[in-house]
Amino acid sequence: MNYAAGVDVGSTQTKAVVIDGAGHIVGRSLIATGANVVLAAGDAFSAALEEAGLAEADVGFVIGTGYGRYKVEFGDAQITEIVCHARGAAQMFPDTQTVLDMGGQDTKAIRIAPGGDVLDFCMNDKCAAGTGRFLQSAAAALEIDLSDLGPTALRGTRPVTISTTCTVFAESEVLSWLARGKKLEDILLGVHKSIASRSFGLLKRVGIESEITFSGGVTRNKAMVEVLNEMVGGKMNVSEESHFMGALGAALFALERIGSGANTASPDAAATSADAGAAKGAAA
Amino acid sequence: MSQAVATEELIGRGNRDGKRLFQEWFAGLSDTAASGGQSAYVFVMGSLCELLRTFDLPIVFPEINSLQTAVRKVSDEYLNLAEDHGFSPDVCGYVKADYALQVRGGEHPMGRVPAPSVAVLTNACSTYIKWAEIWERMYDIPICTIDVPGARRQDDVGDYLQRDIDYVEHQLRELIQTLEEVTGRAFDIDRLREVLDRTNDMGRSWRRMMAINQGSPAVYDAMLDGTIYLGVANALRGTPEGVAYFRDLVKEMEHKAAQGISPHGVGVEEHRLIFVGVPCYPIFRRFYELFSDWGGTFVSSTYMWFASGGLHLDFEYDLTRPLESLAEGLVRGVRAATDAMLFQDKALIEAIDAYGAEGVVYHPVKSCRTVSTNLADSRRVVLESRDVLCLHIESDMMDKRVVSEAQLKNRIDAFFEGLKSRKLRLDHSAAATPSAH
Repeated sequence: MNYAAGVDVGSTQTKAVVIDGAGHIVGRSLIATGANVVLAAGDAFSAALEEAGLAEADVGFVIGTGYGRYKVEFGDAQITEIVCHARGAAQMFPDTQTVLDMGGQDTKAIRIAPGGDVLDFCMNDKCAAGTGRFLQSAAAALEIDLSDLGPTALRGTRPVTISTTCTVFAESEVLSWLARGKKLEDILLGVHKSIASRSFGLLKRVGIESEITFSGGVTRNKAMVEVLNEMVGGKMNVSEESHFMGALGAALFALERIGSGANTASPDAAATSADAGAAKGAAA
Repeated sequence: MSQAVATEELIGRGNRDGKRLFQEWFAGLSDTAASGGQSAYVFVMGSLCELLRTFDLPIVFPEINSLQTAVRKVSDEYLNLAEDHGFSPDVCGYVKADYALQVRGGEHPMGRVPAPSVAVLTNACSTYIKWAEIWERMYDIPICTIDVPGARRQDDVGDYLQRDIDYVEHQLRELIQTLEEVTGRAFDIDRLREVLDRTNDMGRSWRRMMAINQGSPAVYDAMLDGTIYLGVANALRGTPEGVAYFRDLVKEMEHKAAQGISPHGVGVEEHRLIFVGVPCYPIFRRFYELFSDWGGTFVSSTYMWFASGGLHLDFEYDLTRPLESLAEGLVRGVRAATDAMLFQDKALIEAIDAYGAEGVVYHPVKSCRTVSTNLADSRRVVLESRDVLCLHIESDMMDKRVVSEAQLKNRIDAFFEGLKSRKLRLDHSAAATPSAH
């Protein structure tokens, strides 16, 4: 029972992380969320357990996070992904002061205190421009695999300007550049710069304090990392586990809840209150 | 009277009476519409109700009519009709709902709104001017726009104030002539004194009520309950009913303060917050619950400043020189209203200190750039000046098409998670600090 888990149900992908009593990741999984959010949460958790070689009974506490956090029906509590990404970033990179999380439909800039307390945050509103969805649209328009986007963009030398603020219209803008004979890599580099500039705007709103840790699914895109590094004028923290930052944060909160973790500074009360708030909200 | 009986009688009286008075006021407007009587259209910022009441003109607040369509879940019908007639989705939702209301012959979920005989407005909001032009074209009525000279800040008016007051007073004299022509009645300055006296009384109650909420626990929620109080403050400004209502309200608040009764129960208070902007009326109750479920109370709001017609200001009309004083009140009130929207950082910082607030919620709305401008800057200044958390959420006060409850909830939940962990961190720091004793 000394294990804890976090399940991050995002709009595009669901991530699950199982950690041991020392906070080390022992199992992880990543699956497409799809239409059945409840099923996705369960499947992701099962896959992470399998990788860890554990049974569900070995896990003492599970926290759901992400947009589908209330659909983690086997979860013991829910915490927003904003707070979880902050906590996960502080664990992976303890000197983090700013977190940029770029997910499927949300991009968040978060300023944090040592230990991961959220001091301030900003998110994109009402529009998916500047998020992973923008990349998906570009990939679909150009009929290119998502995993090829970054490497292709990195070959670009003369990025085009993507001026539209709408993800849907960006598709036609991308196609119009193609029709005008622009190189695929220059168009894609332009797409990356367009997204990065929006994220940079969010970062400026919370105040850019080094170190900056980059989290979320788009961290696997090397072109985006490079473009963003150029904009912030430094090297952001990125790791192989950055995609799991939210789930890791949730798992760390869960660990603290079962009382076997080291850092018990803030999350316990936050999680308790989150439960209370959610319960009251459900009853209202 | 026993304490229990007093509590039972007093608690919630302000909200009950407020709703009743508001409905009675609207029923009066419906009667006016049915009889084809005259009415004056005004706006909440610089309504000049006092002057209009001396001519016995029923007063219509199109902004209030519009927001009530949203509260009553039918604003989309009105907005769609206006957009069918060519209004852009980007135009102020209040304007569009009112336009559709006029096209529908004054039909409103609360009754029927009479057509205007005259419209009186200020330049507090640039949209007011274009809005009134719609009525001018529809009804061929006089539109009286009072030009209130602006100041970059309320405390930066210097020697210009008296000159500005004189300028506005001159315009009020012109307005009186127009009102005499419209109504066929002579202006009675003694009646103006009476009405101003009542507004002074309401203002004293309003400020007392705001002061009471500086104590802990706060006794009302400035967003939920405050909206009811604002409705009465505007609709019944300068009336005996308005005076009685707010005197009663102060009694209720004083009783609640003495008993420690907060919106969350006796002695219960978790998070003291300040609200900046206009509420999200299409999901008004739910919007409130997104905060109250976490134990959040809005102890004050900029809405209670800029939409109260200056009642919050430490200013009273001088009854020995009523017209001059009315002009001064208008200048001060309109400037304070625009400052509360555009330069609210200083006032917010003062309010954070006075109310002991730990968080500020900024709520820009899509259809009103006037109240939404500068909020990002204000937020930055506040964060740099005080150890509080700020939340920036966006929706609309009229258009449910741009209200995403899931997005709002996610941000609000994260805000409260941050508040709770911050509180715990501060408690730990305090516990770790050796006592001075």
